[in-house]
Amino acid sequence: MSAPDVVPTLATGRAFRALLARDLTLAFRHRGEMANPLIFFVMVATLIPLGVTPESRQLAVLAPGVIWVMALLASLLSAESLFLADYRDGTLEQLVLSPQPLWLMVLAKITVHWLVTGLPLTLLSPLLGIMLSLPAAGFGPLMVSLALGTAALSMIGAIGAALTVAISRGGLLLSLIVMPLYMPVLIFGASAVQLAVDGMSPAGNLAVLGALLAFSCLLSPFATAGALRVSLHG
Amino acid sequence: MARTRPIMPAWFHRLGSPKGFYSMTTPWLPWLAAASLVLLIGGAVWGLGFAPADAKQGNSFRIIYIHVPSAFLALAGYYVMAVAGAIGLIWRMKLSFMAMKAAAPLGAALTLISLVTGALWGKPTWGTYWVWDARITSMLVLFFLYLGVIALHYAYTNGEAAGKAAAVLALVGTANIPIIYKSVDWWYTLHQPATIKLTEAPSMHPSMFQPLLVMIAGFYCLYALVLILNIRAEILHRERSSHWVVELARRGRS
Repeated sequence: MSAPDVVPTLATGRAFRALLARDLTLAFRHRGEMANPLIFFVMVATLIPLGVTPESRQLAVLAPGVIWVMALLASLLSAESLFLADYRDGTLEQLVLSPQPLWLMVLAKITVHWLVTGLPLTLLSPLLGIMLSLPAAGFGPLMVSLALGTAALSMIGAIGAALTVAISRGGLLLSLIVMPLYMPVLIFGASAVQLAVDGMSPAGNLAVLGALLAFSCLLSPFATAGALRVSLHG
Repeated sequence: MARTRPIMPAWFHRLGSPKGFYSMTTPWLPWLAAASLVLLIGGAVWGLGFAPADAKQGNSFRIIYIHVPSAFLALAGYYVMAVAGAIGLIWRMKLSFMAMKAAAPLGAALTLISLVTGALWGKPTWGTYWVWDARITSMLVLFFLYLGVIALHYAYTNGEAAGKAAAVLALVGTANIPIIYKSVDWWYTLHQPATIKLTEAPSMHPSMFQPLLVMIAGFYCLYALVLILNIRAEILHRERSSHWVVELARRGRS
């Protein structure tokens, strides 16, 4: 973070907003790419009744965990693209060299990643709830837990994406290194829905998910920025 | 990055030079080897041959003499790896990245040993090789964390970047380990399967416990020995073109 006195703070805020706007524009110009995790999400939901059972009582038992696992995988699959295009066309190099703090730029990219994957997954999840006969009490907590949880997943996934961006065929490796770190989010997310379905209050679990999100917000931008520097400059 | 005032004492920097470490550890090796040999053989004979059989589990409990020390070191090994990585990132020390690289497969192997011995112990005790117990699950996650660090290290072709990237991942893992452990623990109490609870003999009889202590000490010595040997091999590999290694090889051959 060089020369903070030369660059006024306003410029940093403006850079943050500019990157946010640029990434959002790019995402909406590649709508097909944006839709892929969502299609994946719905397709895997179709596999569960085909592979396990179409019987609604058994599906209802599986639904909270299965929807959460699928959301996790969809978020994981999309994490690879977080820095890849920018790495290939040299934008990432410019971001690292720019006078603005890199962690803030990283935060902008992660925010956009959540807006174009986590948020749509959350909005789509009631459809999956219906497909997998999730009991009515579970829908609200499902959406809240996914909204908080996918944001935490984007934060954690960014670290893995930054570490593997310079490696050719880093996608599988990314899943390998990130999945163990995803586990606490999955545990609290899925059990929040499960608790609501069982007639108990999911508030405690949702609070823990919020805490996990807050913690990952603190840690991830710095770790991701450090990882990007390693990836680019060794 | 020239510093006006040294922050760390001189021995720290001597330890940080690969050549210094290599020559410093040479006299340690026979002592460590002898200590681990004596402790491991003594502890194994004592634990397997002379400690009394467990009242409920019979002789099958004796696997703790391998299971518990390896689980101990599997956990401690992750911190060895992460601390080495942190030192490398902070002080840019080549040697500590080598130590981290050496510690990763060692820790993964110990985690695997503790998982396998736990499964073998579970069969006669619980009637099944695997249950989703909180502790077993967290050990499995720890194994995955180790695998991730190793895989990331091998994916990089540039040795220096590999060390740094793996160190960042190891540190992120360290921040996550307490969270993973608490959440797995909590997950287990939520589901509470109907299986038998892990009978971790609450008050072990001293006649069973003393050999275990000997085995733990033996495992620690062996860990230190293998870690140092791994680091030395890594030093020789990375400095293979430097003068002192060439000299060492020439003397060794003649």
